[in-house]
Amino acid sequence: MSLIGRELFYAYVSGQFVLVGVNVEVERGEVLFLLGANGSGKTTLLECLCGVRVPQRGEVSLDGKRLSSLSARERAKYIAYVPQFPETTFAYTVEEMILMGRAPHIGPFGQPGPKDREKVEEVLALIGLEALRGRPVNALSGGEKRLVLIARGLAQEAPYLLLDEPDAHLDPANQHRVLSVICRLAKTGLGVAATTHNPNSALLYAQRVLLLRSGKTLAHGDPRQVLFPEVLTEAYGIAFQIVGDGSGPKAILPLVEAD
Amino acid sequence: MRTILGRTERASGRVRQATIVLVLCLIPILILFGSLLLGRLNLGFREVWASLFGGEVRETVRALVLRVRLPRLVAAAVVGANLAVSGAAFQGVFRNPLVESRILGVSAGAGLGAALAMVARAGPAGIQVFSFAGGLLAAALAILLASAFGGGILVLVLSGVLVSSFFSSLVSLVKYFADPYVQLPGITFWLMGGLSAVRWAEVLPLVVVSAVGLGGLFLLRWRLNILTLSEAEAQALGLPVRRLRFLLVTLGTLLTAAAVSVSGVVGWVGLIVPHAARALVGPDHLFLLPASAGLGAAVLLLFDDIARTALPTEIPLDILTGLIGVPVFFALFMRQIRKGAGWR
Repeated sequence: MSLIGRELFYAYVSGQFVLVGVNVEVERGEVLFLLGANGSGKTTLLECLCGVRVPQRGEVSLDGKRLSSLSARERAKYIAYVPQFPETTFAYTVEEMILMGRAPHIGPFGQPGPKDREKVEEVLALIGLEALRGRPVNALSGGEKRLVLIARGLAQEAPYLLLDEPDAHLDPANQHRVLSVICRLAKTGLGVAATTHNPNSALLYAQRVLLLRSGKTLAHGDPRQVLFPEVLTEAYGIAFQIVGDGSGPKAILPLVEAD
Repeated sequence: MRTILGRTERASGRVRQATIVLVLCLIPILILFGSLLLGRLNLGFREVWASLFGGEVRETVRALVLRVRLPRLVAAAVVGANLAVSGAAFQGVFRNPLVESRILGVSAGAGLGAALAMVARAGPAGIQVFSFAGGLLAAALAILLASAFGGGILVLVLSGVLVSSFFSSLVSLVKYFADPYVQLPGITFWLMGGLSAVRWAEVLPLVVVSAVGLGGLFLLRWRLNILTLSEAEAQALGLPVRRLRFLLVTLGTLLTAAAVSVSGVVGWVGLIVPHAARALVGPDHLFLLPASAGLGAAVLLLFDDIARTALPTEIPLDILTGLIGVPVFFALFMRQIRKGAGWR
C-alpha cells in the first residue's frame, strides 16, 4: 500500500523539463521529506503526486491503481494536500475551514451533515485546536494556520498527507510543534510526504529523504545515511558540516560566513 | 456534563447564524405587506387585508392592490434577492469582495437588448425578452472569450470588463441613432432602473427563472466556500473546479439577467448587500446566501418605497441605490478595515 511515482517527467514550458524521470514512493506509516534547492522540482513533484498536475510522461499509482484513472473526488478520498497558507480572501472560522476537508465525502449537491461535524470535532481534539474553533483563520499565527490546514487534511480521512513546506516561515518551536504532529500522524499509519528547505527537518523527523537537483534524484534513503556534506554541497552549491555525537548525526550546518 | 456544555456552546454559533437568517427572510415579507399600504393613494390595513384574502372592499382598491402594487412589490423583492445572491456568489467564485454580478457585462448586454427593443418599438414583453437575451449573450461572450485564453479567474474578469465596455458603446450607438423625442428618453430612463410599469405578465417569467437560479445556487452554496480557496486546494479537495465555477457563474448570470430585464439597471445592491450580510452571519455561504436573499429583498423593497412615494414623480432606482449605497458601502468598508478581517 503506497503512493508511487515512476519515471515522472513534467514541463511547464514544452521541452523544459522540471522533473526528469524521478522515482518516488510514499509508504503508509512513514514520513518522506523532499529536499532540494529552489527550482529543483520539489513542489512540482508534490503536486504530481497529489494529482493536481498530470506528468507528461511516467505514471503515479495509488495503492496499485493508476491515479489518472480516478475522478478528482475519488482521489481526494485518498490524498490530502496541505498548502503553506490558507489562500482565501474571506475570514472563515477554524471550524468552517476544517469542515471543507469533508468535501470528497459529500455529494455534489449535498451539505455537510452531523457525521461531518463529528469528524471535525474529532480532528480538532486530535490536533488540539478546540480553543481556536470559532476564531477567523486569517487572524491566527503562522503555526496555528499550518495546524488548521493539517487538520483540514485529516478531516479528509485520506491515508496520504502531502505537505508543501510545513516548516517554512515558522519559529523553531512552532516548526517542532508542526513537524512532531506530522510524525505522530505517520505513526498512526498515514503516509506523509513533505517538501522542505531545511535539511535538519529531514534529519530529525523523516524516515526517508529524496534529494533533488535540477529535476533528478541526487540521493534517496534514510536521511542519516544519505545526507553527507558532499551530497548536500552538490545539491545546494555551498559547503556543509554535519554535527553529531556517538549515536549519529544531530544537525547539518551550512559553512558560510557573512561578508 | 462537560461534553454537553461543550456541544451547546459549539452549536450556539450556528444557531445564532440560523436565527439571523430566519429573521432576515421574514423581514421582507413584513415590508412587502406594509408597502401595500403605501402609494399615491394610502390604503388602510383592512382594505389591503380584504383585497388580499377576500372581503368587503371597493373593486378599484382591490385592482390597485392585486394588479398594480402586488406585482410591483413581488418584482422588487425578487429583483433584490436575485441581485444580492448573485453578487454574493460572484464574489465567492471570483475570490474578490469587490466584484458584483455585472462584472461579466450582464447589465451592459441587457441595456443593449432593451435599447434595441425600444428602437424596434417592441412592447414591454419584447423589451423584457430582448434585455434578458442581451444580458445572457454578453456574459456568454465574456465566458467564451475567457475560456479561449485558459479560463482563469483574472482572464474572466478582464474579458468581462472588455465585453461590458464594448456593449456600453453599442448602447451609446443605439441612443445616438434613436428618435430623440420618444425613444431616447425611454432608453435613458430604462438604464436608470425602475419598477413603475411592472405587471404580472413580467413578474411571472421573472419568478420562474429566479426559482431555477436561486434553487441551483442554494444547492451548491457550501461548495462555494471551497471555491474561494486557491484553485489547487479546491482541486485537491476533489472539486471539479472549472465545471463548478462555470455552473455557478451561469446560475448567477441567469439571476442577474432576469432581474435587470424587469427592473432596468440597478447598481450597488449586488455589491453592498453581500457585505452587509457577511457582517451579520460571517463568510460561510451556507448562511451567507440565504441571508443575502432576505436582506436584498428587504433593501430593494425599501428603495422602491422611496422611489414611488418620496416625490410626486417616480425617482429612478439606480439613482437612489447609488446615493444611499455609496455612503453605506463606505461605512461597511471602513468597518471591515478597522476590524482587519477579510481585506488584505
